[in-house]
Amino acid sequence: MQDNPAKKADEKSRYGTTGHEWDGIQELNTPLPRWWLWTWYACILWAFGYWIAYPAIPLVSSFTKGALGWSSREAVVADIAGLQTLRGPMTAKIEAASLTDIENTPELLSFARAQGSAAFAVNCSPCHGAGAQGAKGYPNLNDDDWLWGGSLDAIHTTLQHGIRWDADKDTRSSMMPAFGKDGTLKPNEISATADYVRSLSGLSTEKGADLALGQSVFAANCAACHGDNGEGNQDVGAPKLNDKVWLYGPDKALIMERITVGGGGVMPAWSARLDVPTIKSLAVYVHTLGGGQ
Amino acid sequence: MSLASAFDPHLDEPEPPLYAARKQIYPQAVKGFYRRIKWLLLAVTLGIYYFLPFVRWDRGPNAPSQAVLVDLPHRRAYFFFIEIWPQEVYYLTGLLILAALVLFLMNAMAGRIWCGYLCPQTVWTDLFMAVERLVEGDRRERMHRDAQPTNLETFSLKLLKHSIWLILAWWMGGVWVLYFADAPTLVKALATFQAEPIAYISIAVLTFTTYTFAGLMREQVCLYMCPWPRIQAALTDEHALNVTYRYDRGEPRMSLKKATHSREVGEPAGDCIDCQQCVAVCPTGVDIRQGSTLGCIQCGLCIDACDDVMKKIDRPVRLIAYDTDVNIKRRQNGLSEIFKPIRARTVLYAVMITAIGGVMTYALANRAPFTVNVIHDRNPIFVKLSDGHIRNGYTVRIANMLTVPQTFTLEVAGLHEAHIEIIGGEGEIGGLPSISVGADQTRELRVLVRAGEEDDREGEPAHLDFILHDVADGRTALAKDFFRTPHSVH
Repeated sequence: MQDNPAKKADEKSRYGTTGHEWDGIQELNTPLPRWWLWTWYACILWAFGYWIAYPAIPLVSSFTKGALGWSSREAVVADIAGLQTLRGPMTAKIEAASLTDIENTPELLSFARAQGSAAFAVNCSPCHGAGAQGAKGYPNLNDDDWLWGGSLDAIHTTLQHGIRWDADKDTRSSMMPAFGKDGTLKPNEISATADYVRSLSGLSTEKGADLALGQSVFAANCAACHGDNGEGNQDVGAPKLNDKVWLYGPDKALIMERITVGGGGVMPAWSARLDVPTIKSLAVYVHTLGGGQ
Repeated sequence: MSLASAFDPHLDEPEPPLYAARKQIYPQAVKGFYRRIKWLLLAVTLGIYYFLPFVRWDRGPNAPSQAVLVDLPHRRAYFFFIEIWPQEVYYLTGLLILAALVLFLMNAMAGRIWCGYLCPQTVWTDLFMAVERLVEGDRRERMHRDAQPTNLETFSLKLLKHSIWLILAWWMGGVWVLYFADAPTLVKALATFQAEPIAYISIAVLTFTTYTFAGLMREQVCLYMCPWPRIQAALTDEHALNVTYRYDRGEPRMSLKKATHSREVGEPAGDCIDCQQCVAVCPTGVDIRQGSTLGCIQCGLCIDACDDVMKKIDRPVRLIAYDTDVNIKRRQNGLSEIFKPIRARTVLYAVMITAIGGVMTYALANRAPFTVNVIHDRNPIFVKLSDGHIRNGYTVRIANMLTVPQTFTLEVAGLHEAHIEIIGGEGEIGGLPSISVGADQTRELRVLVRAGEEDDREGEPAHLDFILHDVADGRTALAKDFFRTPHSVH
């Protein structure tokens, strides 16, 4: 190699060159410091140590577990346990305090809202929406219109026992008859009732609508639950019909559909699934969304 | 820029190896002007480093009394009268930009002053070298001893040296952690082994790095690990003062006897007698006579060494001096020396430093004592109430950066008719809902704004001003947002 003329020392710096040359520019051959090489070897050794100490090599149906027995899954379990220990004192306070006291103590309120918000996202949002904005047939929890009551206690009871949830004997229960399907009301009566219901909240009615017929049908069949003027009844979960909030929508066709098929929404009883402080936090969270009474 | 000889042991070898052992450097003791400056700066910088954590600064009852403190658990940083919250980290960014520009300006004026005098690596290495000389003797003694087989004396001297180094390194790390907690309390906790594990771990890591970098690696850090030598070479120019061998005066170099003879017969003779003293004292082993190099940290110790020699041989001092490339050329051409400290680049740097410093000072001086931030509910964007009114929900975060609790009132302006409800609100002051926030704390509130019918209109959503009033002295903070309705454009 030494006879390679291209590898002559650079004239100016008297430095060895690699022999590479581009347009007269030569590359100086600067040796790496030896400690750098050692550092590199040390890193390789370190990697071998890692292989041995930690889970590393995938096998057919399992993997090498590592000498330290570390597992990311166990680390998560430990982290969650640590978090619960950290939250322990506050969770105990939430459990001990009354719902009203939680709302009136800033420290407890912010903890309950944070915990409630997380629990809501996991358990409630599939039906009620991420922002509790509701959907057709699933109530919006932000507004001030409540089917079963918007007080802290009413919300708490609904959360604990659910609605029309047969597995819980204390569940809230009621059923709107299927007036059309079972033949109780004739189509013209249903149409007239739907128009009358719209008129209760000041919505327009169809030309030639028989509001008198609608009123009489309503008084005979609906007023028992929904009230004489459609003011609703939270004891039986009968929606208010004289306000601007509609669970299934205000269109006449949708109202007729409800009169025809009846029924009502179902909500699980959460006391079987969630612990006491979580349900309390959820009640406070929903109550403080804005519509709480 | 050429490469220096000290870390290039393979000159004139046509086939250098791919890697090379480090050539041990034995810097010789030196006395003189620049050495004194270095000792002084070493004392000042280390003095500040060691004593700053213990300086107290009264901030009132609800804040720490340590002048300089980075309180990571509580996300606060304190520097005398300045308190920084995490969202104000741009002050740190500004400070780093300022530091970079000051470094640029230093380079344009007088080269790598930072490397030679102020860099922690330089300061600690200097201290560690002083210990080495104290224990093992000066250059010749150390070279001689290292050339011999290790005997008991060598071993015990080395043991002593490394022990003192470790103690110094340990002190370095030990003080570092004091910037992150109340220093007197932490010192007591450390001494009684009651401190947090992270404190001991930090000290151990810094002890290791300081011992390794300042004791063992030294110039290797500058040559191979630090990016600054590369960057700073691009920041200097022909008008910048750099530690320079005045080859116009020094060459041709020859022995003193020969030079005297040459001068007698009227032949050219340089002042450099090739005594190698400049190389012997160099902490990075550079030969300054090769010109400006990557390895030269420009500490000026070779100037002191050369001046000594020049005095002894009765020649003018400053054969090596802070000089500019321009002046060497001018002297060679018989022109007078010129100094141009005011140049486009120095003016530009100075203007930028002034501008950024001014903006930062202004921002700090006008830093709000409390702030309000508002986030509109994403979902639902609005809520229709049973009576047909529209309501919007907001998350309002109030930060009270004062060290005393404050009471605020919240006003929402921008709607014809607005009804404000604060979840967990505390009552009213002067017709507005009031909120109290603890000293040096933030508070997040849910605020509901209900609009009148007039406000549900077509067109752009209404602009809302959330105005936070400090009840005590009437100061305000403002946040802007929107009020959205089913009819407004989203």
